[in-house]
Amino acid sequence: MTMVHRRRRASTPRRLGRLALIVATCAFLCLFLLVPLASVFVEAWRQGAHAFLESIDDPDALAAIRLTLFVALVSVPLNVVFGVAAAWAMTRFTFRGKALLGALIDLPLSVSPVVSGLLFVLMFGAQGWFGPWLAAHGINIIFAVPGLVLATIFITLPFVARELIPLMQAQGTEEEEAARVLGASGWQTFFRVTLPNIRWALLYGVLLSNARAMGEFGAVSVVSGHIRGLTTTMPLEVEMRYNEYNYVGAFAIASLLALLALVTLAVKAALEWRFHADTDVVAAARRRGT
Amino acid sequence: MRRRVLPGFGLSLGYTLTWLCLVVLLPLAALAWKASGIGFEGVARLFTSPRTLSALKLSFGGALLAAMANVVIGLVVTWALVRYRFPGRRLLDALIDLPFALPTAVAGIALTAIYAPNGWLGQWLVPLGIKVAYTPLGVLLAMVFVGFPFVVRTLQPVLQSLERDVEEAAESLGATGAQTFLRVILPTLVPTLLTGFALSLARGVGEYGSVIFIAGNIPNRSEIAPLLIVQRLEEFDYATASALGIVMLAFSLLLLVLVATLQRWTRRWAEPAT
Amino acid sequence: MKLRPALFALAATVITAPALAKDVTLLNVSYDPTRELYKALNTAFVADWKASHAGDSVTIRMSHGGSGKQARAVVDGLPADVVTLALAYDIDAVADRGLLAKDWQARLPDNASPYTSTIVFLVRKGNPKGIRDWGDLVKPGIQVVTPNPKTSGGARWNFLAAWGYALKQPGGNDDTAKAFVKALFQHVPVLDTGARGATNTFAQRGMGDVLVAWENEALLAKREPGGDQFDIVVPSITIVAEPPVAVVDKNAAAHGTTEVAEAYLKFLYTPQAQEIEARNFYRPRSPEVAAKYASQFPQVKTFTLAEVFGDWRKAQAKFFADGALFDQVGPGN
Repeated sequence: MTMVHRRRRASTPRRLGRLALIVATCAFLCLFLLVPLASVFVEAWRQGAHAFLESIDDPDALAAIRLTLFVALVSVPLNVVFGVAAAWAMTRFTFRGKALLGALIDLPLSVSPVVSGLLFVLMFGAQGWFGPWLAAHGINIIFAVPGLVLATIFITLPFVARELIPLMQAQGTEEEEAARVLGASGWQTFFRVTLPNIRWALLYGVLLSNARAMGEFGAVSVVSGHIRGLTTTMPLEVEMRYNEYNYVGAFAIASLLALLALVTLAVKAALEWRFHADTDVVAAARRRGT
Repeated sequence: MRRRVLPGFGLSLGYTLTWLCLVVLLPLAALAWKASGIGFEGVARLFTSPRTLSALKLSFGGALLAAMANVVIGLVVTWALVRYRFPGRRLLDALIDLPFALPTAVAGIALTAIYAPNGWLGQWLVPLGIKVAYTPLGVLLAMVFVGFPFVVRTLQPVLQSLERDVEEAAESLGATGAQTFLRVILPTLVPTLLTGFALSLARGVGEYGSVIFIAGNIPNRSEIAPLLIVQRLEEFDYATASALGIVMLAFSLLLLVLVATLQRWTRRWAEPAT
Repeated sequence: MKLRPALFALAATVITAPALAKDVTLLNVSYDPTRELYKALNTAFVADWKASHAGDSVTIRMSHGGSGKQARAVVDGLPADVVTLALAYDIDAVADRGLLAKDWQARLPDNASPYTSTIVFLVRKGNPKGIRDWGDLVKPGIQVVTPNPKTSGGARWNFLAAWGYALKQPGGNDDTAKAFVKALFQHVPVLDTGARGATNTFAQRGMGDVLVAWENEALLAKREPGGDQFDIVVPSITIVAEPPVAVVDKNAAAHGTTEVAEAYLKFLYTPQAQEIEARNFYRPRSPEVAAKYASQFPQVKTFTLAEVFGDWRKAQAKFFADGALFDQVGPGN
């Protein structure tokens, strides 16, 4: 409500400024995101709905979809736990080497996808550190699902932590300290005070990790072995089909990945609806109360 | 002082360090071990090769420019998405993650299709003398694309939680919109913007999949550093490939540390303002 | 009362069946555009094996990727029973790590390549630039699209074809060949990392006047939507591209699949398989099948790698190693 009031009161130049910002944003996002998205769908539907559906309703494609979901389902929660722990340590305490720890968390981002797959080959490959031992014990890590999960965890590791750290830093610790002083236990403080405060950042972290986990190609392609129907994720299936002159099939799978954006939309809408009253009331109360 | 009020120091730090060691440090140690195979001489040869240098320059220069562009564009976009209500806002907001969800190769193919001389936009741009596809400009574009979600998604929660009363106070004291933004809001956003900058930079430096489709890949002109690594791998020369990887990693780490230092400095500078 | 013997027989089959009919899985690690080819070949082989081996069933799993990348994966532990790659150098690299005998190429007929292809040109409909031969590629104003030989095994055949053409011209020697390929790469505006990328750049993006490609890929590109916009031009002389196949001895022995794997590769030379290969745009070795598909594969004068370059190890060292000839004459120099 307050927003509506303010908008009405705003002077003409400010209104123009706002309009300009909105137009610029829409224009940029349309050109930069919507047009590529549209081109993916245009390619996928170039030979009509039948060809599109046929290329998705295929055992290899379905296996790839299942595998991609599985890998994301394992790696994203692990990174959420890591991200929350890391952000808690980084923002709630002072200790030596904090800057170094921050850099270490970012490290996987600086590793080129071309190299990040190689890392695991050097560790678990037949010529790698643990390769001979693993082979002797019949354990498969690379060219099997564990390798895909490991590589995915590696590349998505920083996202949740990176989302949480700036926000938790900006928010400070007063509320949590107050809760502690009032007798809440550590976990109670975390679940009742911290978690509600960071939920949006956490959500963005999860969205980023999930999108990246499902869309990653470079690192995963090195450790996958590309065995069709067995170790091929959706992005790998896209690449393989493209290389086989199956343009429509490749873009059909790619368009499914692009639909993730719609999942994002749904999750956010649901959360917004769920927390809508809560956010406004609490924020207003907090502003007035403190 | 506040140090011991909150619990969980040992648990959170211990867990963080263990996980980091297992998932990040150990694999990177394997890379360093492999890279050491080329010896001092190999490193020297790598660094005196004009081709390597020009590829590194393109990857790092491109990523720096792309990160800067992302910070500016990202700030505008996030501001509009968080502060204003307009039709289509939710859809645009959901689209932000698209560059992550699309496999990089698809992004590369789609961008090339749009900006190639016969593409949707290319057919208008090329007659104006703006060649994007198959030039270093295309490399830049792909890097902006893959790094874009970082800036928006790091800025968004901070901007959402930014208390409006400070702005309102500034306004009631007679500050203009621009003054409020520059003196009050921007300083508090700078650390976050720097985070977005760093992430976008790091991603751009190593990017391969989307760039190779639009770059043209001509040595000394539009060849990126990760492509050189792939070429060494094709020759089964793991050691040189690893060494190149380590060199790139060291460079980006240096940049990240620089950004982190800058961030601490700006945070101190921002504190009195809030 | 009739039920009991029937049940007995059924129980007997159930119990003894696993002992009689073996169930084997083969992993074929192949290079990129061979999916449809091997899909058809695998179906045929599985049926053939079942018929000739008392109902034993074979499942063949496929892996596709860039030839060099696939070889690296096998070296690093991808448990391939057979490899079917784009060039012998990549299988040599696997052999160098002791996974199969170094003389693998002599173990099967025809340099262990059951099917071949050749290097041709794809031009725009009606051949507006009048491109007939390699020499036309270096004429002023002509733009040539070809992938990077450093990252694409297939593109190394393109390079060697151009080199061989220049060598075989009157007065041709290493120097004239070097000058020719250098001039050729001055006409290359885009170096894609793979053959498919180059085809896309030429066909969909409208770049260049001519695409240098494997014949089977040119035929695949013509089959794609919009493929009728192109013509194939066969040059005066070109190289025989020989994609080789081999059993990865060590893996097959470990999996107990040596017999099936060897039979699988031998099957690729049978008339039935040669027919499938021809239908998938590869030139068959069998003269009878070749005669049947003569309209699809025009007559062309060819040379082999062995005739001009010796073997792949030599070619790799001379042209494609780090700092070797391609790095000296390639684009950007």
